[in-house]
Amino acid sequence: MGGVHPPGHKERTAASAVERAPVPERLVVPLSQHLGAPCAPLVGKGDRVERGQMIGDVDAMVSAPVHSPVSGVVTEVGVTLTAGGQRVAAVTIEPDAPQDLGSFVPVEDTGDARARVRAAGIVGMGGATFPSVVKLSPPKGMAIDTVILNGCECEPFLTCDHRLMLEEPEHVVAGARHIRDIVGASRVIIGLEDNKPDAAAALRKVAGSDIEVTELPTMYPQGAEKQLIYALLRKEVPHGKLPAATGALVHNVATAAAIADALEHGRPLMERIVTVTGAVARPGNYRVLFGTLVSDLIEHAGGFVGDVERVIAGGPMTGQALGTLEVPIAKGSSGIVALEKGVAARAISDDQPCIRCGRCPEVCPMGLEPYILATYSGRRMWDAVAARSVIDCIECGACSYVCPTKRPLLQLIRVGKSAAMSKGAK
Amino acid sequence: MSDSRVQQHIVGPSPHITSKATCSGIMLWVVAALAPAAIWAIVNMGLVAVQLLVVTIGVAIGTEAAWNAIARRPQTILDGSALVTGLLLALALPPRTPWWMAAVGAFIAIALGKMVFGGLGHNLFNPALVGRAFVALSWAGVLAGVENRGWFRTLADVSAEGYDTISGATRLAVATADRAASGGYGFDLVAQYEPLLLKNLEGSLGEISAALLILGGAVLIIKGIIDWRIPAGYIGTMGIVSWAFGSDPVFHVLAGGVLLGAFFMATDYVSSPMSKKGRLIYGIGCGLFNALGRFVGPMPESTTFAILFMNGLAPLIDRMTRPRVFGVVKSDE
Repeated sequence: MGGVHPPGHKERTAASAVERAPVPERLVVPLSQHLGAPCAPLVGKGDRVERGQMIGDVDAMVSAPVHSPVSGVVTEVGVTLTAGGQRVAAVTIEPDAPQDLGSFVPVEDTGDARARVRAAGIVGMGGATFPSVVKLSPPKGMAIDTVILNGCECEPFLTCDHRLMLEEPEHVVAGARHIRDIVGASRVIIGLEDNKPDAAAALRKVAGSDIEVTELPTMYPQGAEKQLIYALLRKEVPHGKLPAATGALVHNVATAAAIADALEHGRPLMERIVTVTGAVARPGNYRVLFGTLVSDLIEHAGGFVGDVERVIAGGPMTGQALGTLEVPIAKGSSGIVALEKGVAARAISDDQPCIRCGRCPEVCPMGLEPYILATYSGRRMWDAVAARSVIDCIECGACSYVCPTKRPLLQLIRVGKSAAMSKGAK
Repeated sequence: MSDSRVQQHIVGPSPHITSKATCSGIMLWVVAALAPAAIWAIVNMGLVAVQLLVVTIGVAIGTEAAWNAIARRPQTILDGSALVTGLLLALALPPRTPWWMAAVGAFIAIALGKMVFGGLGHNLFNPALVGRAFVALSWAGVLAGVENRGWFRTLADVSAEGYDTISGATRLAVATADRAASGGYGFDLVAQYEPLLLKNLEGSLGEISAALLILGGAVLIIKGIIDWRIPAGYIGTMGIVSWAFGSDPVFHVLAGGVLLGAFFMATDYVSSPMSKKGRLIYGIGCGLFNALGRFVGPMPESTTFAILFMNGLAPLIDRMTRPRVFGVVKSDE
């Protein structure tokens, strides 16, 4: 089934209890923190906003509204760069001092759980940021019998989900039950890697007989949706179909906790746990308000130590390298990882030969042949890459990780994948 | 922390970390795995072994360096593959091979075995074996050890006084001839296990000790550098076919170039299949043709050609053994 075993580097923050990062002097809250239609601003410059007040929304199925994480005054409705490198609309807010983070404007309860999840702005917090309400509304004729919570956290360095499961297991379990009830499933499994036995024990303590907690071998990408479903249910998501075709629905543990908060307290999504680690003075797991700039967060973590070569938003396998630290933490920001020289991948030169060592097809969790896909992509042979199932690539990066000649395999495959997809769309 | 505000970091595509494996690192492990056998050969054979190693490695690296310089390509000798080719070629030649013959072999190995195809990664055949095949076909008698070196004036002759060995046919050649003549053997094969394993001055440099080759191969398997399926398929098939022909399987695995071929030649990444299943099939094919060459054909030393033949089939094996894409049922393809 493929997979790689990169060094975990989790020991630096695995034992650090979550602590709240300070409220910054200003927050730059992006109006697009999710996959789907960007929100339009609901506030203007000079407006007063309350913590929890909706400040952006759009009438689209695949979208998620945005709420103010603080009470304060809007100083600008402009544009910001995101961690992902896009320019999106953003609301800049100057928070009141002092700030009462214990209270917020709750999301109205209309009796419709799905509507409330949407109104709370909840998206997949594992990093994909897909609006949760869409996943909670499976297409007609697709019955969900099993809800899977993803607590694998297979990315190296990250420990935000670990700490959440350990410190708030009842929250996670409550969310799992809500999801189960919404989609009408009968079975709930929380899957996590066996490198977090304390989190598994904490979950088991609060989970009743209705919730299974299953430890899986530590392996990247154990937490990829299709791989997790296979590991737990021994079912493969059929080629070209939604994961729901297996009768399973996967949500990240932090998403489940957020859903519980939304349904029980009307709490909108305004903050999250972010693992700040790597070459920083005070690595830790911080509860961070959306809109806090990465630079503020790094400063709170004591600044960089050593020769930092790359700063990653998310995990080092799938995250984004930041060109500037003046980007806001958002709903999908699971971590900020400062990679030192020697730890970070070297800048890639593109003329390295494939020595046919066989490592990339061996580690590919999708059974693809990355070396061929990359070569065909490099030669712009779009039909050939499409014929070799390039669209099944989940972009986990295991191939690039193992390649001894450091070919930019995933990068080339991405090019081929997008070409094949745009051709298919025509 | 003012410096955190300055844009100073590398932006690149994910993944942002990579494994420690490098091409030259892998090549150095192969060299390390071969080193015990090479050193033991030097200890027992003396200067002739040193001379052969220096010539093949020097010419291999020199040829690659010169080719790159003339073709105005980036220099590639630091990837370590020419070093491995030179080392393998020396270990596949008898110690008394004239130095210039070894030099021609090393030149052919790199020039015609690798660089004409576009360098490392593009060659269809194992370069060291291309070089050895060239030498074997051009000067067949010398390699088999049965021909007097005649007019060749070699460094080996000059420096080999301390090298006291049987000049002439190897036990494997004798055994093969015996078998062809009478169907039986004129000597006890089991009694040969010990010298073949520990110290054997017949045959090529690398045949000095089967035990050291097995040790080196085991290290490469444990380090994950080579796939056990190739040597297992190769050696297993060699043993089974030997047994089927009524001969001693252990003798036939230990004697000749089988172990060097199975652990170090057939496992060459570039010229062997990529998939696990393909590698097993390929290993079995190597063993089968090696054994057939020995028992049916005229060549007791058929290792070189068995592997080269299977090198040629590797792309076909790859095509036949493509992995199944996750979520695709067989009938969909």
